[in-house]
Amino acid sequence: MTPKALFFMRMRGILRKEVLQILRDPSSIALAIVLPLVLLFIFGYGVTLDADNVPMAVVLSDNGPAAREVAARFDQSPYFKTLHLTSMTKAVALLNQRRVDGIVHLQSDFAARLDTSKPAPVQVIVNGIDANRARLIQGYARGVLEKWMELRRARGESVAAPAVNISQRIWFNESAVSRNFLVPGLITLIMTLIGILLTALVVAREWERGTMEAILVTPIRRIDLLLGKVLPYFILGMMGMGLSVWVGVTLFHVPFRGSIWVLFVLSALFMLASSGFGLLISSAIRVQFVAAQISILAGFLPALFLSGLIFDLGSTPLVIRIVSHVVPARYFVDISHTLFMAGDVWPVLLPNALALLGMAVIFISLAFRKITKRLEA
Amino acid sequence: MDFLRRIIALTMKEFIMILKDPKSRFVVIGPPLIQFFVFGYAATYDLKNVSYAVFDESRTPESRQLLSRFEGSENFELIRTLLTEKEIAFMINREKVRLVIHIGPEFSRDLHNGRPATLQVIVDGRNSNVALIALGYIGAIVEKFNRDLVKEGVVGMGGPGVVLVDRAWFNANLQSRWFIVSALGGIISMVVVMILTSLSVAREREFGTFDQLLVAPFNPGEILVGKSLPGMFFGIMDALIFAAGAVYWFGVPFRGSVGTLVLALGCFILTIVGVGLLVSSLSMTMQQALLGSFVFMMPSVVLSGFATPIENMPHWLQVGTLLNPLRHIITALRNIFLEGAGVSMVWSQLWPLLLMAAFTLPLAGWMFRHRSQ
Repeated sequence: MTPKALFFMRMRGILRKEVLQILRDPSSIALAIVLPLVLLFIFGYGVTLDADNVPMAVVLSDNGPAAREVAARFDQSPYFKTLHLTSMTKAVALLNQRRVDGIVHLQSDFAARLDTSKPAPVQVIVNGIDANRARLIQGYARGVLEKWMELRRARGESVAAPAVNISQRIWFNESAVSRNFLVPGLITLIMTLIGILLTALVVAREWERGTMEAILVTPIRRIDLLLGKVLPYFILGMMGMGLSVWVGVTLFHVPFRGSIWVLFVLSALFMLASSGFGLLISSAIRVQFVAAQISILAGFLPALFLSGLIFDLGSTPLVIRIVSHVVPARYFVDISHTLFMAGDVWPVLLPNALALLGMAVIFISLAFRKITKRLEA
Repeated sequence: MDFLRRIIALTMKEFIMILKDPKSRFVVIGPPLIQFFVFGYAATYDLKNVSYAVFDESRTPESRQLLSRFEGSENFELIRTLLTEKEIAFMINREKVRLVIHIGPEFSRDLHNGRPATLQVIVDGRNSNVALIALGYIGAIVEKFNRDLVKEGVVGMGGPGVVLVDRAWFNANLQSRWFIVSALGGIISMVVVMILTSLSVAREREFGTFDQLLVAPFNPGEILVGKSLPGMFFGIMDALIFAAGAVYWFGVPFRGSVGTLVLALGCFILTIVGVGLLVSSLSMTMQQALLGSFVFMMPSVVLSGFATPIENMPHWLQVGTLLNPLRHIITALRNIFLEGAGVSMVWSQLWPLLLMAAFTLPLAGWMFRHRSQ
């Protein structure tokens, strides 16, 4: 037999073993198919950073037509669910009990100040504990007031216009729907889970169960072993990715502006980098328990916190920005956000793809060397 | 007496299992601590050094005065001054800058003629949350600029206006770090405890030593206690270290009492130990246990209110989150840290935790025997 035929024979053997192992224990298929679906539905239907129906207390100490009109604008806004109160004490009590998230207060001289062309204050108090949400609520309140001033201006009533207006354009995501960036981020998380966690267990398991010695006496070479371990999980991960993209685009109408083949190639790189990292963990640490802990602490949690998935990396201290460069998910979050929302922007995609390629090569060759050493030891 | 001796023996064995291997000894303490500090810095919604470019077609003292307000802010970092409109798309598409500030040629003429002058802001919406926060900062800067113009008499009021006076209670500067770091310990200790306990029975099943344990003179209740104690111990210890780190390192105010904190953490870790052991008792291999705990952990982090507020979810999902132990401890931790809640105030978070523990722990104990038969 030619060396090539022998290689294929060995590959077929080890692949068959790995695939059977996956099929006989459906838990890994559950991770690749069920978990992505559950998470996609949660994200698609439930989780969002955009607030609506924020419970707000509206206190009118002035009951004139102008004040009532402002209150009506808050009533009609989809962002607020208003609760009309007559006393500030009651409103403060509700804010303290967290029954409302904020108070809009128009003081008794509101109309009088408006009539005499003095600035009429509208007091907005928010619960600042969740700072991000508080800031959003303040922004919504400002929007409501601006709309009201526009309305007055349109009716020909004199209203002070701000000297400088802001005209804002949010590119790639005009109405700032947070789902559009959360779903691509979720795909990164799912692929990280499959790539690092599942792969981290596979070699450690062989050592722990003692079956590695059985493999060592077969003619399987370490490159065959490596390929045979990576390939099945690689395919599982790509399946999870494809499924998530399909559900995200068809069911949740997340825009996808890049090309599919670019997504396919780049996610293959990411999958290789992740499973290389997983393999490195499992061949360096022969204990499943420790391999699992390490893959979560060094693989999964950084993908959540240090990837720019939710939190902005640019705002973190320099040390953390440096650390984030060894997290593969960081590059793929950038890639998937760009592909989904902006399109094939090569100057962004290319450096990230090269970084992933570099990490894949480094992790896999390190894992290869680790396996070698163990064989000789 | 015999009962106590058996429990002590079992617990000793479980502790030795974790502590005898230097690697596993390290992973229950070292990495969680590193995580806590790294993520404490990384997880924030407050923006710093947002990169921006300026395209100033006006080039007048007024436009420069407005732009200098941005240069003086620590939230923004000027990357480049653009000369043509085409460069805007170039800079944003390639992520060279997060936003471009564009001032048109009529800016200063409009200002002096009493027409509203326009400041155009183009933001990269790839992370729409960051985009909205940055726009909020810009709004505040421009609002202040407008007020100063009126004060200096550069422009008149031009009619009655409404000013928004906003105030944030409990956290006047709207720092998001307090909100996040006070809850972070809950998540990390959950991960540690969940892995520790979910693997404990599954590992013995995989090695076949669990059957030996079952034929030894222990009843399932005793095995349950023995398996729970290490998780309880390491979980509470980690969580308390994180709490200390939050207060002494990150400067998060601690307005509650240590007793309440320990009680709340105890209830939470007990619940997580219950869930972990239940997952473990259902699995035959360590892989199943690990994947099972992930199927539990991922949705519970997402639905905990840690990064995205529960109030934003649809009603049916908000009701569903009541089954999530992490949601309760995160609420309790924030109340204890930031609002100084006592036992009576966090009780509404604690009883659901205890209820869940009262359900999962006995079920896990029952499963020990019934699953293996």
